[in-house]
Amino acid sequence: MITFTDKGIYCKQGNFYIDPWKPVEKALITHAHSDHARYGSKQYLCHKFTVPVLRLRLGEIDVQAIEYGEKLYINNVQVSFHPAGHIIGSAQIRLEYKGEVWVISGDYKLSNDLLSTPYECIKCHHFITESTFGLPIYQFQNPQFIYNDINHWWRTNASEGYNTIVLGYALGKSQTILHSLDKSVGNIYLHGAVANINDSLGRVGFHFPGKRVSEENNKLKIERAFISAPPSALNTTWLKKFQPYRIAMCSGWMALRGARRRYGVDKGFVLSDHCDWQQLNDAVAGTGAEDIYVTHGYETPFVKWLKEKFGLRAHEVKTFYSNEESGEDL
Amino acid sequence: MKLFTNLFNEIDSSTKTNIKVEALVHYFQLVSEEDILYAIALLIGNRPRRPVKTSQLKLWAAEMSHIPSWLFDDCYYIAGDLAETITLLLKEHPSSHNESLHDVIKALQQTALLSDEEKKNVITNYWQRFTGNELFVFNKLITGNFRMGVSKQLVVKALAKFLQSDETKIAHQLMGKWNPAEETLATLFSDDITADKHYQPYPFYLAYPLEDDIHTLGDINDWILEAKLDGIRGQIIYRANELYVWSRGEDLLTDKFPEFEKLKNSLPAGTVIDGEIIPFKDNRFLSFNELQTRIGRKNITTKILTEVPVVMVCFDLLEWNGEDIRHQPLSYRRELLENVVKNFNENKILILSQSLHFDKWNEAANYRINARQYGTEGLMLKQKNSPYETGRKRGNWWKWKTGPMTIDGVLLYAQSGHGRRANLFTDYTFAVWDEQKKLLPFTKAYSGLTDKEIIEMDNWIKRNTIEKFGPVRSVKPYHVFEIAFEGIAESTRHKSGVALRFPRILRWRKDKHAEEANTVEELRSLLKNNNHE
Ligand SMILES: [Zn+2]
Ligand SMILES: [Zn+2]
Repeated sequence: MITFTDKGIYCKQGNFYIDPWKPVEKALITHAHSDHARYGSKQYLCHKFTVPVLRLRLGEIDVQAIEYGEKLYINNVQVSFHPAGHIIGSAQIRLEYKGEVWVISGDYKLSNDLLSTPYECIKCHHFITESTFGLPIYQFQNPQFIYNDINHWWRTNASEGYNTIVLGYALGKSQTILHSLDKSVGNIYLHGAVANINDSLGRVGFHFPGKRVSEENNKLKIERAFISAPPSALNTTWLKKFQPYRIAMCSGWMALRGARRRYGVDKGFVLSDHCDWQQLNDAVAGTGAEDIYVTHGYETPFVKWLKEKFGLRAHEVKTFYSNEESGEDL
Repeated sequence: MKLFTNLFNEIDSSTKTNIKVEALVHYFQLVSEEDILYAIALLIGNRPRRPVKTSQLKLWAAEMSHIPSWLFDDCYYIAGDLAETITLLLKEHPSSHNESLHDVIKALQQTALLSDEEKKNVITNYWQRFTGNELFVFNKLITGNFRMGVSKQLVVKALAKFLQSDETKIAHQLMGKWNPAEETLATLFSDDITADKHYQPYPFYLAYPLEDDIHTLGDINDWILEAKLDGIRGQIIYRANELYVWSRGEDLLTDKFPEFEKLKNSLPAGTVIDGEIIPFKDNRFLSFNELQTRIGRKNITTKILTEVPVVMVCFDLLEWNGEDIRHQPLSYRRELLENVVKNFNENKILILSQSLHFDKWNEAANYRINARQYGTEGLMLKQKNSPYETGRKRGNWWKWKTGPMTIDGVLLYAQSGHGRRANLFTDYTFAVWDEQKKLLPFTKAYSGLTDKEIIEMDNWIKRNTIEKFGPVRSVKPYHVFEIAFEGIAESTRHKSGVALRFPRILRWRKDKHAEEANTVEELRSLLKNNNHE
């Protein structure tokens, strides 16, 4: 039912693509990260929470919204979206045709970030999974512990007279962190990129603390505050107005000392919107699928592992998805 | 171990030297004398022997984390550090122990006598008791590459503060390979160092590269100019009927260079010479490559001794008749040195580093530009009245190296980096065109690009991969890079027939097409033109 083409993941029977990286007629979008949601397709279909951010990024597009669990038929292919737990509105796309079931999971995580709808395990025959952190060196703590650490660090910094800047991808991580901040510690400020996303999500009922730092309130005295910004803000003059500050990066890559040193930040929080090794294994086992297609990340070792350890038919699939956690804004 | 781990955390999370020094002083104040000694030894790179083989550690860690060894290797490749890989793989355990640093090191040293099975028990036992950073520090100890973000100079500074002593003195007292198990603070920092420790070298005085315009140095007649040679910097020490050869890296190389042993017959007691050990045969210098091969050999055979004999090109005298003369002006020390080379030189194994005479700085500059033709790397500039200082210092001594050789190569293979650059393709192999218009790989180079360029390159590589061989990818021949290197030598081990010394990327030549890169012929002509007879 599914083929991997140079435009993206293609469903021939339904004549649509999932997260295509080139313009197509009909694109089903798992989530609004820009490597999965690209410009130029005629028609988009995505979860209703994804719509405003998709519009923010792609402009005026023809987009249809769908609810989790809602069933839709496209050329006799049954299509439904299910929570992927990656970010707000992120979905696994389930396709069924003549009894054959595929799940294209996009990006996902099993741990609960307290904000996005938690991952739902969907039984299927064919499962397409990412492998961003598909090596056993990646063992992530529960996000709630990390939120505690972040709050604690903010409190310490504030008591020593420092501002606290936390870098995380503007869509996803920034919101989960803001959602779990202890607002009693001090004021919260937002980088424009984060504020834009927050405004969009406000249209579908999500509201986050924090004030946008803009030209108008540039002269504002900012002290002992929390500042949420994307990784691209690192090493820019924008940070100057927050001096003195301490700065941290939130990403799964922060598990590695080398990555922490590469960013040259004061602190690295291991907080990810992706599965760690254990979660990937649990997800694959949970679907009961016998054919596993492994995309962006550590495809080769994860495929080999699935074959050797579980006797699954695992396949490496080359895609053009990168990953937002590498720190560059896409 | 907990206090030592705390010290590690403090040093690791700071870039400020005064915070690091404070952390060290604080640590010295908290722990026992034994711990202080073991900690100093670790911090200045005087590491204990590795208790178990790396292959065994890998095996046990894979077993304990229930993964096959190939997967362990993949993880190691990405993390780039064995200690970190093991730490990340082992599940966290609640920490339950209160052993001190020296307890742990001693226990590890005792494993040397145990069977493999017993060693495994000791190590895996620790793995179950340590957690987080403590586990990481422990793994650093057993993998033998322990490094904490402090320089030796910083440790010296902290010790001087802690012991209320003088930095120069401490630096001297810490020289050489001493064993923390056989020292106390009193013996290690004893005042009468030449009497107690006659084997101990002086801290080397190292020059910074000259950054400013040469004319800022003032009158050329106030300076001694010498050719900068490419060998092994070392000290020859003759005291109490014993002769020692130390390298700048503080390795005792006496056994590697038995030819110096004969100096015992000629040198007066209490002599220390500083110079460069260079392979020298039939009145000419050989390439550094040959010296490297000789150093790499386990046994120094007569064959090697006749094929690659060495001399020391002497440029300073630090001790004479048992007296430390480092505070004397260089001109005075050189005068004595000339006398040593002339009159106390068995077998002519000591050669005086000639001081070169130029009337003007411009003439010196000319020499520097053409240095390779003279078989040197450039010039050393030393103030005539300079004392022999400790460590790397600016002002009195400068090195003024000639520019590197360069060649334009095409990127042919890429491999993802380690550690700081895990997940990015950063290790490149470059090629030049051969006679059949085919690309011939000639060198690898890592550093030289900015982080931004690396990310750009990484993206391009991922999209232009032709083939994958394990971690290596071959890419479309497209990008041209200017490669700089310090030396070139003939090599049968390389397809291109040459081996480069210190190759690195000078710049990304976006203005050039792959066809415009250099040829193997041009590469070989560098070999001819830059190696003097
Ligand atoms: Zn994503
Ligand atoms: Zn993705």
